[in-house]
Amino acid sequence: MVSLLDIIGPVMVGPSSSHTAGACRIGLFARGLVDGQPESAKVELHGSFARTGTGHGTDRAIAGGLLGFYPDDERLRESLELAAKAGLAITFANTKLRGEHHPNTARITLKRAGQQAVVTGSSLGAGRILITDVDGFAVEVTGALPALICVAQDVPGIVATITSALARSGENIASMRVSRRQKGGDAIHIYELDSPASPEALEALRALPAIRMIRSIPRIA
Amino acid sequence: MFDSLNEAVDRAEAEKISLGELALRSEAEEGLRTRAEVEHALARALEVMRGAVERGLPGDLRSVSGLVGGDAARMAHAVGPLAGTVFTDVLAAALAVQEVNAAMGVIVAAPTAGGAGVLPGVLLGLAKHRQVTDNQLIRALATAGLVGAVVAVRASLSGAEGGCQAETGAAAGMAAAAGVELLGGSPTEAAHAVALTMQGTLGLVCDPLGGLVEVPCVYRNATGGAIALAGIEMALAGIRFPIPVDEVIDTMGEIGRTMDVRYRETAGGGLAATPTGRRLAKERLVQLKPRRS
Repeated sequence: MVSLLDIIGPVMVGPSSSHTAGACRIGLFARGLVDGQPESAKVELHGSFARTGTGHGTDRAIAGGLLGFYPDDERLRESLELAAKAGLAITFANTKLRGEHHPNTARITLKRAGQQAVVTGSSLGAGRILITDVDGFAVEVTGALPALICVAQDVPGIVATITSALARSGENIASMRVSRRQKGGDAIHIYELDSPASPEALEALRALPAIRMIRSIPRIA
Repeated sequence: MFDSLNEAVDRAEAEKISLGELALRSEAEEGLRTRAEVEHALARALEVMRGAVERGLPGDLRSVSGLVGGDAARMAHAVGPLAGTVFTDVLAAALAVQEVNAAMGVIVAAPTAGGAGVLPGVLLGLAKHRQVTDNQLIRALATAGLVGAVVAVRASLSGAEGGCQAETGAAAGMAAAAGVELLGGSPTEAAHAVALTMQGTLGLVCDPLGGLVEVPCVYRNATGGAIALAGIEMALAGIRFPIPVDEVIDTMGEIGRTMDVRYRETAGGGLAATPTGRRLAKERLVQLKPRRS
């Protein structure tokens, strides 16, 4: 469904809703994966992002997202300088990602406090994004709702454990998707929620041995 | 929201309300947001549009590549036969917003960043010469949103999909309906203004130098505003375009789907592929190699 506010909006820093606003949101999503300010980031730009990204401020927009700036934040303009000041080391490289990818795609590898996250996302136009890969797991997340992402061992009852923890703290699930790499291996779970997962629910789930990684991603669209 | 502008007009005429009022009611009925929330978001959009025009008019901004900047200020000091009229104020405001956009300033995508100058250009250009309230401007923005929503469903709002007719062309159609609403015209007149405007932008290609939202985008927002003014004047004078507006929009979509990929934001054809276009893009893009920080 098309809303009036999809047409009159978003309010954003120019020059391009796909190359700037969408790119910023991919950066914001990546930041959410490591729970805050990364120490280093490797940003690989694919397709049109690689060809015309710099002229569209795609690099600045992604760096701004990594710093926690939203698409309407004027600090996006000087985000590369601000990142350097904040101790966030970013390298940019043009790449040709293997497989089928939207022309406006970036892969971001982040490090923070000993943890690493790798995220691939595409900017679909009008500022909308689609995250297609997290840590090697194929996903489909738009950032239109808060999300809970976790990597868990593929054991019976794990979905019930997670959904009851969410239910206990009052979170309503809008959509869920579970996929595994192989039987008995790790599976990635993505729950889109009507409100962000509570710290209590996160804490309880993080304590479970079957859960290898769990992260709450704020709404970024 | 509606997928037919003709149906929306019939309903607005039957209920004796404007298209903007119909758009606000329909949006609230869809239940995602209350009417107050929608009006609040549109009020913020209006404020950002005003801020962008103000920021762009002094002419001190340069785009990321350095290719554009300073032309809104030239236009604000127009010396031609239409100097000081709505016409030159619309051109100046549209240029101002696009120069702000090209310089990584804050704008409202309407419907996209590349076409963001047309709607504020027309509305704020008109507002400068008429006594209008913010509430009237907010309803006019809702009218523009309704038109854009129909175009999004029936055709496209993306230059990469449909050429510039889908960006500044759609923006001009939206601005024409919004302008008629602001000036007190009927829903029927607003629909004809859209048709009369968009028939004039059919086939318009997207051919930006180096793929950047700069040349010709900045100027095409100004000419988009001028075409919207033509559509508004013709519709208010009682001119009725013989092809229904939905069919004009469908035609834009059909032309976009069959448009060569060179003309869809790839910088492979049109002005981007001229000898000078290629040379300028090469010079600017060399400076813009990805860097480390």
